[in-house]
Amino acid sequence: MRVQLTVNGTGHAADVGPGESLMDALRALGYKSVKNGCDHGDCGSCTVLMDGRAVNACLVFAYRAEGTELTTIEGFAAEGALHALQTASLDTGAVQCGFCTPGIILTAADLLAHNPDPTDREIAETLAGNYCRCTGYTKPLEAIREAVTMLREGADG
Amino acid sequence: MAEKFDVVGTNERKVDGVALVTGKPVFAGDLDLPATLSVALLTSPHAHAVIKGIDTSGAEDLEGVAMVLTHANTPTTRYTTAGQGHPEPSPYDARMFDTKVRFVGDRVAAVAAESQAVAEEALGLIEVDYEVLPPVLSIDDALAPDAPVIHDEDDATGIWDAARNIAAAVDIAVGDVEAGFADSEVVIETTCETQYAQHAPVEPHVVQSWLDDHGRLVIYSSTQVPFHARRIVARVLDLPVNRVRVVKPRVGGGFGVKQEILLEEICGLVTLRTGRPASFTYSREQEFVSSRTRHPMRVRVKLGAGDDGVLKAIEMEALSNTGAYGTHSLTVLSNTGSKTLPLYNKAPHVRFVGKAVYTNMPVGGAYRGYGATQGYFPLETAMDRLADELGLDPIELRRRNHIREGEGSPIFEELGEGRKGVEQTVKSCALAECLTLGAERIDWEAKRAAGPGEGPKRRGVGLSIHMQGSGIPLIDMAAATIKMNEDGSFNLLIGATDIGTGSDTILGQIAAEVLGVPLDKIIVYSSDTDMTPFDVGAYASSTTYVSGTAVERAAVEVKEQILGVAATMLRTEAEGLEVGDERVTAPDGESVTLAAVCDRAMYGADQFQIGATASAVPEESPPPFLASFAEVEVDIETGLVTVLDYVAAVDCGTPINPKMAEGQMEGAVANGIGYALTEVMEFTPTGRVRNPDLARYKIPGTVDMPPIRVILVDSFEPTGPMGAKSIAEIGINGPIPTIANAISNAVGVRLTETPFTPEKVWRALRDAGVS
Repeated sequence: MRVQLTVNGTGHAADVGPGESLMDALRALGYKSVKNGCDHGDCGSCTVLMDGRAVNACLVFAYRAEGTELTTIEGFAAEGALHALQTASLDTGAVQCGFCTPGIILTAADLLAHNPDPTDREIAETLAGNYCRCTGYTKPLEAIREAVTMLREGADG
Repeated sequence: MAEKFDVVGTNERKVDGVALVTGKPVFAGDLDLPATLSVALLTSPHAHAVIKGIDTSGAEDLEGVAMVLTHANTPTTRYTTAGQGHPEPSPYDARMFDTKVRFVGDRVAAVAAESQAVAEEALGLIEVDYEVLPPVLSIDDALAPDAPVIHDEDDATGIWDAARNIAAAVDIAVGDVEAGFADSEVVIETTCETQYAQHAPVEPHVVQSWLDDHGRLVIYSSTQVPFHARRIVARVLDLPVNRVRVVKPRVGGGFGVKQEILLEEICGLVTLRTGRPASFTYSREQEFVSSRTRHPMRVRVKLGAGDDGVLKAIEMEALSNTGAYGTHSLTVLSNTGSKTLPLYNKAPHVRFVGKAVYTNMPVGGAYRGYGATQGYFPLETAMDRLADELGLDPIELRRRNHIREGEGSPIFEELGEGRKGVEQTVKSCALAECLTLGAERIDWEAKRAAGPGEGPKRRGVGLSIHMQGSGIPLIDMAAATIKMNEDGSFNLLIGATDIGTGSDTILGQIAAEVLGVPLDKIIVYSSDTDMTPFDVGAYASSTTYVSGTAVERAAVEVKEQILGVAATMLRTEAEGLEVGDERVTAPDGESVTLAAVCDRAMYGADQFQIGATASAVPEESPPPFLASFAEVEVDIETGLVTVLDYVAAVDCGTPINPKMAEGQMEGAVANGIGYALTEVMEFTPTGRVRNPDLARYKIPGTVDMPPIRVILVDSFEPTGPMGAKSIAEIGINGPIPTIANAISNAVGVRLTETPFTPEKVWRALRDAGVS
């Protein structure tokens, strides 16, 4: 079936199968940051924002995304500038292999959009569905705390 | 001891970091080539069976199927899938597709089709006639006198004793352990068992292949070993090496499981036979069932010591389950002894014996820690029991026994990786400081004195100490090429294989340091068998030490060429010139820019390309050292163990990039905590994996992690590049014995079988009368 998907503000007409996941549809459209780590909703690597909320794209049927605003990491940073979550991820050493990084950043972005000053526990619980095998989470969680500070100071300034 | 560096020792951002945080299509599965065939794999439902016949006609008739590969139409060369140096120390006991299947998940056939859906549909149309054989599902069953023989083929080579299901065996001795035990005042013996565990990199194995302009096979792979992959694929497909190019893009984690040639030759054969690009990705289930695992082991350790706790004899006996194939069977087994026993070099009598046995179970392979992880569990448990027995503080007992700077161990020479090792004297060892600083950070004395407390939740602290290596001496090799550009930048071409570890960055930092430029003037390109010089790849904790040395040497040669040109330009001698801040400066203060130097070499007089290639083969393998501490809480009513705090004090020599070094430790500790507490592959009575997914195979998530506090202890390895040695693997050895010893401190029970699940802990507490 043909569906209209709006990804990072760009409209796409996509041919998708009735059982096709949003993850597969987005990858087929060239949004390769949407990673397939398990295909079962366990690892969080395919996380995208759907109307601003983080979802596992492998668990969403592509046709269900019609009429929503989708954001992938390709469209997350403003033109030429990195988002605080991206900058902090680079500066804290939160990125090792980087395969899980887009999912972690987008999950964190959903959290910060709704709770700009989360506790450490709230950050950890929000990220509980994003597996990372490289870092042990120390630095990715530090990066999110760092981004909270950067965003607050940016807003204050 | 530490020298002053400008670029080395700083927390540079990863050179590939921006691409990764912006989601650029830089992984093996991100490439879309036109008209690519999708490959799907049919695997065995039986643990042990002979394939009497395969009817592929139904699959071949399905629209969209390009080809079906089985044992009937593929090369029959025996080889090992282990990506090791040549000749590989693993037996040649595998075939691309065999007439016998040896575990549930073994290869039966592959389909290449126009889409993944068609390829998978076709798998269901393949009819296989199996003659099911009795399976061998444990080490004990494999060694039973009348056990079925798993490798009864007549063309396998390198198997220790196929008729008795023994893939590999080791037996080395120094002194006379029996005399040592007879002479000991205290003797402690313990046996520990470790489970089937899987690496679970978040990116599964992915390979894409195509033919280049010259008709050569290009393999784009999520591999840790591009050069070994090229060699093994060429041999299996009967191609000259020069007809194969392997390229490694960004890799989403490996941890050893991608040191294995699992998809490359199938994907490559599809491309060769069809002329079309092909793409092959393991599903998460296949990652668990059909890729590789950590060798489960049963290891017995016997210690003999005097009243003062100084060891007189150590005996270690290891039984390793290598599963259906002998990949890394000998070398992992060897390392169980060689990476543990030299730590306690005071003992004059040492023996290590072991066997790696075949079973009809998933296949063991390389996994971070590589046998040492399995050996440290009983060794550090036995040391803790010895401390208890003698009434010594566990730290004090380690201090009386551990190796120090200026000392060696006969084990270094007696036991290498599958063969004799190399004599060596430890030239850097800050283990004593690691113990001191780690104990302070965890508040060891106060917490030991406080005791476990009352009530259902008891607390305890424990520790263990460790060493690993830095590369495989006189076997590993790495090379680096550096060439200069006229804007004063440099291309650094390395075979070294960054699988997320950050090696592209730290190798760039080493080059930048020598050449006196910022890191952004080093353009790093790695892991392409056509474009970069040879490197064995990412394993054995070798890259920083071995590849780093090659980079340093190449950079020094390039620097000498630069100084030669600059001397002419400055009308002086090369001696006394210095590079720094992207310039060459003479003692009198006159200077030229690096850009001007290269411009002259390219376009001015006496033209030549400033550039060099250098190699490194390590003559020794300097160990990093680790003191690992944990505080745990044990709920004696439920058996639940919670790690409250974890401290890892590590001596890795100079950390080239401290944040990345910390990250290596943090990740290794997290993986080790999963291995200690929750991760286990469970099997049905017929050998099928019950939990081949990330919901039921429980790797740690954010909420499962304690604080991991890493201390990089000051140290300088004189044989290493800028004083560096390794850090990648050692951290994973810590959690099992550290947590086990902390549990013992909390509740007085010694656990000897991983993982320490609530049920197991509760049963042990009940048996001990604690709960």
